[in-house]
Amino acid sequence: MKVTVKYFGLVAEAAEKSEEVMEFDGTLTASELKAKCLNGLSITDKESIQIAVNQNLDDKTTLKDGDEVALLPPFAGG
Amino acid sequence: MSRYDRQIKLKEVGPEGQEKLRNAKVLIVGVGGLGCPAAMYLVGAGVGTIGLMDHDRVDKSNLHRQILFQELDIGKPKAMVAKKRLEKQNSEVQFKVYEEPLTMENAKKIIQQYDVVLDGTDNFETKYLINDACILANKPWVFASIYKNEGQLSVFNYQNGPTYRCVFPKSTRENISCEATGVLGVLPGILGTLQAAEVLKIILGTGEVLSGKLKLINMMRGSEQIIKINKRPDEVEKIRENGIAPVYIDCDLKNAEHWYLDVREVFEQPKPKGKKVLNIPLSDLTLRYREIPNNQEVFVFCQSGKRSKNAIEILKNEFGFHNLKNVEGGIETIIDA
Repeated sequence: MKVTVKYFGLVAEAAEKSEEVMEFDGTLTASELKAKCLNGLSITDKESIQIAVNQNLDDKTTLKDGDEVALLPPFAGG
Repeated sequence: MSRYDRQIKLKEVGPEGQEKLRNAKVLIVGVGGLGCPAAMYLVGAGVGTIGLMDHDRVDKSNLHRQILFQELDIGKPKAMVAKKRLEKQNSEVQFKVYEEPLTMENAKKIIQQYDVVLDGTDNFETKYLINDACILANKPWVFASIYKNEGQLSVFNYQNGPTYRCVFPKSTRENISCEATGVLGVLPGILGTLQAAEVLKIILGTGEVLSGKLKLINMMRGSEQIIKINKRPDEVEKIRENGIAPVYIDCDLKNAEHWYLDVREVFEQPKPKGKKVLNIPLSDLTLRYREIPNNQEVFVFCQSGKRSKNAIEILKNEFGFHNLKNVEGGIETIIDA
């Protein structure tokens, strides 16, 4: 199964990319994929990062082939 | 001819719309990179009453993006300078200046007096505070935030719609401001202007308000995306029942045996836990220096190590403290991640 993952803000920075295609066997929920993507990245507060699947905020969905996942950290600047 | 002729010509505005604008009251919390352009367009459009809230003073490093301020304003209070400038732009607008921070105590009372709140803040604590107070006062608020070249925008608590807590239920320690990361002045310019547009649509009751949607903008890539957000009724209900939820983000000190002096403002995060941590903001030191132990080593810290260095200079030169050590590199170096 293939899904596209989009990174924003400090997640994109830590991952050193803004997008990647992840391939995996079996089933994963959106939050399981998030854990996989963030694994090894130096981000202090991973819990605060929200997940959108196909442009809908949602972390419980089981992913399907071709889904687009976005990892959204909160921003504070102004 | 009315000064608003060119907008009254639009069917979305018309004379009735202009009257709605004249009767409207908008509170701008934070007159900085977002608040400055937003205020200028709202004042231009003839919003009748505008509250300008900021407890900060104009700094030289603000001038590249906070376009209401000029070189001669450096050191002056932002809210007052903004008012004086905006009055010249439109003498028909009433201004209310608040040179104090939004707090748990004053938030609901102040917000109740307005129709819409525009968030020009640069920290999570105030964003949650605005959110919670708007839920309690039943007012919509227009949110925007920036991280380097990216921005987020949404309208929260609009006609019972989703709130900030429906997107980000909990605050985070990663409180990174534009001061820390850098920003090109145009990005808050774009976002502040979009916020003003949302405020105008809300007041006029026209167009599609960006409620239930989070807009993501990447200025460098020139890309935009919209994420749909749903209401989390439990998050909203918690605030309705229990009132404003304070955002104190705890953290643990690597060595809790020492005495510590935190010279940051009270709202700055995270807050280290421990009985030997004093929080006296730099500006209060001369009033409260007696609270600081002078017979044992005290580690002085702030966010980056700069303010704490100043604090030590003051305490040493003016009050004879010789037991203070600066935490170079700021709070992140003394806490457990």
